[in-house]
Amino acid sequence: MTNPLTIYVPCDAAALSVGADDVAIAIEQEARQRNLDIKIIRNGSRGMLWLEPLVEIETSKGRVAYGPITVKNVQSLFDANFLNGGDHKCALGLTEAIPYFANQERLTFARCGIIDPLDISDYEAHGGLAGLRTALAMTCEDIVDIVTKSGLRGRGGAGFPTGIKWKTALEAKANQKYICANADEGDSGTFADRMLMEGDPFSLLEGMTIAGLAVGATIGYIYIRSEYPRAVKTMKRAVEIWQDANLLGDRTFTIHIRMGAGAYICGEETSMLESLEGKRGQVKVKPPIPAMEGLFGKPTIINNVLSLASVPIILDKGAEFYQNYGQGRARGTQPFQLGGDIKRGGLIEKAFGVTLRELVEGFGGGTHSGKPVRTVQAGGPLGAYIPVSGFDVEMDYEKLAEAGAMLGHGGLVVFNENVNMAHQARFAMKFCEVESCGKCTPCRIGSVRGKETLDKIIAAEDVADNLVLLEDICELMTDGSLCAMGGLTPMPVRSAIKHFGEDFTPAKDGG
Amino acid sequence: MVKSVKAMRQICAGHDDRPDALLEILHEAQHAFGYLSKETLIQIADELNISRADIYGVVSFYDDFRREPHTGQTGPCMKICRAEACQAVGGEVLADYAKNTGIQYHDVYCLGNCALGPAVMIDDELYGRVDAQKLDAILKDHT
Repeated sequence: MTNPLTIYVPCDAAALSVGADDVAIAIEQEARQRNLDIKIIRNGSRGMLWLEPLVEIETSKGRVAYGPITVKNVQSLFDANFLNGGDHKCALGLTEAIPYFANQERLTFARCGIIDPLDISDYEAHGGLAGLRTALAMTCEDIVDIVTKSGLRGRGGAGFPTGIKWKTALEAKANQKYICANADEGDSGTFADRMLMEGDPFSLLEGMTIAGLAVGATIGYIYIRSEYPRAVKTMKRAVEIWQDANLLGDRTFTIHIRMGAGAYICGEETSMLESLEGKRGQVKVKPPIPAMEGLFGKPTIINNVLSLASVPIILDKGAEFYQNYGQGRARGTQPFQLGGDIKRGGLIEKAFGVTLRELVEGFGGGTHSGKPVRTVQAGGPLGAYIPVSGFDVEMDYEKLAEAGAMLGHGGLVVFNENVNMAHQARFAMKFCEVESCGKCTPCRIGSVRGKETLDKIIAAEDVADNLVLLEDICELMTDGSLCAMGGLTPMPVRSAIKHFGEDFTPAKDGG
Repeated sequence: MVKSVKAMRQICAGHDDRPDALLEILHEAQHAFGYLSKETLIQIADELNISRADIYGVVSFYDDFRREPHTGQTGPCMKICRAEACQAVGGEVLADYAKNTGIQYHDVYCLGNCALGPAVMIDDELYGRVDAQKLDAILKDHT
């Protein structure tokens, strides 16, 4: 009796959205009919989403990929002897040799798509838990020091140095401290947190646990948006397995999962804390900063999922190892997410400094529709629209800021030539109107007035005057809003006007 | 009625009647009863020892919570993504189609399926690359 052949079929929500479950069932049935001994592992996604469902077979040479697979071609896969790496029209060769994958620098996502997400021994076999073991033998100060030296900055969008946040919480005196993982990934065009939570949940738990050890916190919360039911389910199970594994000896760190309820604003840290306390998710005035006075009034570290999940490898391989990736003040790697009208959409983890052109044209291969690219919105719904002429910008916090844009959570949404930028600007204001928490006037009222003004511009009413008025509203929202929601909504609006002014003026002869 | 009072008490007790677990409790109550009735909310206020005003404040703030049953809707709860990444690949055309054919849906801003849009979620199931034809087929499967 030989060992069963191992087949990987992802259980990531994106893969499931295009039929991965049905493919897994079809493979199982076909194998049974042919009396073949197989074992199906439901892994996370490799992040090559245009190839999903991506089926992989374990061979002596490594894992061989086939994709995108539908139920219809399962039978032909078996006929082509895919279990031994046979040729087929969907054959992609060795997964790790696919250029899209091979050209990445996967640190945070090193295991995603490779392991069984809920198998902790598989996690450990692929480098998991090494960071935690290192941290357990260190003092609080040393852990904070290594994170500071790594240069890690908040991956949620603000880019605040993680080590400094931790140091503040460490130095705060309190009988209870908390670690909160911000998994309220609401930005359109982003899905890295979801992919990680569904594909490698233990890395987040390990990062949170290390954060707990570093600052003396014994309780952690993961706040996951309700639009991610599968991530919630996977994380809940992962927490049970993690707690049962008793990894901390005589120390404790308890993790709770909380689900949001459809409010974008709860990704803002003070709003998230309110929501975690069971209240309306309204933004609070800072100071006090959460690291000194956060959840239930206690010192609280709030980090994005990707920031926390990057911590284990930093502890394992050292600050210098992580430092060596990236450029300038942006150290390490950034998981970029390529979406919208894109031929090869997915997750690309690269060191900071890669250009937008390399990502969109190199990795992405242009649009899915075949039409020319007109613009990319970088950094979510509050990020700037970058024209093709600006695609040589190097992707790091400072370089993007110089270009009048921002990195945000690393989302890149590609639009083709059919996009109307006045409508996109209007959408930015409308989104702010819908999602504003209502606490401050510039955001609550400014968004409504901004939308109305754009309606007039689109209707070609007093365009010049209304553009002046719109700029006025943008300035007020930027300067006067309490948080980034109102403060950054003008960014997509202004960038659209700046780079695509022709869409805001009435059409001339023949449009 | 008595049955739902008992069930509600169990849900609250499952969270040790902690006010900070309010969102979790509301999610579970809505899952159990389909929506959050006035009676349900009053009972939660009593169990958690918080004011009714606080509860109404929370329920009205979050889009997920419904104070009324879906009127005249017997089918599943469908969400269509209206955010930028889906707009870029025809999400608006899909939403128009649903509207014109009388299919009920909720707007949602991003389902995290941005490379495989337009995206739709029915109950907890996510779908990608959805066009009018695929939408009809999916809805057929759900009825």
